[in-house]
Amino acid sequence: MTPLQKGLLAALAAGALVFPFVAANDYYIYVMSLAYIMAIAAVGLNLILGYTGQLNLAHAGFMAIGAYTVGILTVDYGWPYWATFVLAGILAGVFGLAAGLLSLRLKTHYFSIFTLCVGFIIYLIIEKADGLTHGTVGISAIPAPTGIGPVQFNSTVPQYYLVFAFLCLSLFVMSRIVNSLLGRSFVAIRNSEELAETLGINLMRTKVLAFVISTIYAGLAGALYAGFVRFLGPDLAREHHTFDMLAFILIGGIGTLFGPVLGAILLTWLTQSLQFLEDYRMIVFGPLLILLVMYFPQGIVGFYRTQQARRAAAAPAPERSARPARVEEARVNA
Amino acid sequence: MLEVRSLTKRFGGLSAVKEVTATFETGRINAIIGPNGAGKTTFFNLISGFHRPTSGRITLEGRDVTGLRPDRMAALGVGRTFQTTSLFDQATVLDNLIVGHKLRTQSTFWDVMTNSARLRADERACRAKAEEVLDFVGLAPIANRLAADISQEERKRIAFALALATDPKIVLLDEPAGGVNPEETVGLANLIRKMVRSGITVCLIEHKMDMIMSLADRIVVLDHGEKIAEGTPAQIRANPKVIEAYLGADYAAA
Repeated sequence: MTPLQKGLLAALAAGALVFPFVAANDYYIYVMSLAYIMAIAAVGLNLILGYTGQLNLAHAGFMAIGAYTVGILTVDYGWPYWATFVLAGILAGVFGLAAGLLSLRLKTHYFSIFTLCVGFIIYLIIEKADGLTHGTVGISAIPAPTGIGPVQFNSTVPQYYLVFAFLCLSLFVMSRIVNSLLGRSFVAIRNSEELAETLGINLMRTKVLAFVISTIYAGLAGALYAGFVRFLGPDLAREHHTFDMLAFILIGGIGTLFGPVLGAILLTWLTQSLQFLEDYRMIVFGPLLILLVMYFPQGIVGFYRTQQARRAAAAPAPERSARPARVEEARVNA
Repeated sequence: MLEVRSLTKRFGGLSAVKEVTATFETGRINAIIGPNGAGKTTFFNLISGFHRPTSGRITLEGRDVTGLRPDRMAALGVGRTFQTTSLFDQATVLDNLIVGHKLRTQSTFWDVMTNSARLRADERACRAKAEEVLDFVGLAPIANRLAADISQEERKRIAFALALATDPKIVLLDEPAGGVNPEETVGLANLIRKMVRSGITVCLIEHKMDMIMSLADRIVVLDHGEKIAEGTPAQIRANPKVIEAYLGADYAAA
């Protein structure tokens, strides 16, 4: 990271920290927290979609699995919130493993269509199994996350900080993954599965790993959602939530660490500010999306990064200017 | 080094490769030529593990490797390039190469989570390897350029570098000089010689006859999936079957 990027990141984090104090009312804080929760899920989706190149359309389904784990166990069985929170991640990961092993045998759009069906099946099961999930009625009065020490999470501001802390943690873990050799093998698979295999990457194992990690992110985001919104309906598993996350990723920057977060925040506020147009807001929203995809196909962060890289390549680096003599020699000898 | 015995691959009723037997000796440049659709690329796909042979055996240094997955073949020392190389265009040339050496590292998922010393050592090793192979193929000056901004010939050299980063014993090159000009072809031929001098066995598919005839130690000719000839460039040039199937009378006369 360059000093400029570090400064930018620090400024953003500082902005997020003081946001509850400058926000006009609690509703804005609530909207921002919800954007962070969706961002955590989108960061997970970005691992399988943006880095590994597999468009998983069941992501909202895995988020719902996490959310319902919390909802069912806290409301019907009286489990403590944090125990269900951990279990939500584990369960989403286990279901992710099963779905991944099956669906990743398919490639490209076949995989996407298959996962679209997986997501819809999750939705149907939640809707129909009303003995377990309360069906279309949904689960209400889900308890807020239990307090940690002196901090209680039953009002908007502490919840905002809780969600923000999880967003930071999820970004930290994701940065470890994508900046490591493992992250490089994900990107290698996205570029060309054949080439990746020739470089000794076990295709199935690596793809399933990316899939499972992304579903764990979805599950934990769902668990936070359950404790924050305190009401759950089967609609959470529907594909339009996956498409929302997809839009966050595309606009913020596909295959970039901060892209999904930026996209989630921007789009959430854009939707909020177009609320007065009611159903007509899509007339503004649609063309805006098309323009963004036309002129910034890499998204905002991706566009910025490409510019940076071009500038870096154009500037003469001391290491490179010292080298050509030796390289020319190598070419002649070759 | 690498031996194939009666290798056959059928797709439905079509035999793409039929009963091919050949030996690729260590430290040699072996060429596979033949008209379009002769089964050359299928033959490479069989050796590198992308296709499972219908029948026949493949042995690498005496070990039976028939039917192993591509990533296992890579680990055993079979590197390969493709006719077109897909790179991550938004990353630098060097960045694209680092993953090439990952198969020789030991880090686990836990190492990634804890950013352990082993992971960092592995990443240093991969970066060093990437720099080494980039230097080897003569592209060190463009290490920091975006992959989107490089020429076709540079892309070919990067394909070589990627294959070399896996520490291969044998490298399969699929049309290494396809789509580059004559001058650059000479440069690539020199690079292939340099690879062989560094102890790597080369096996290549190519249509540029001038290049093949001056470069190859041994040539295998495929036609309709079958081996119709094998020998030195001089023998191949004089072989009437090869002239009829592929080279044409003009080339033989010249």
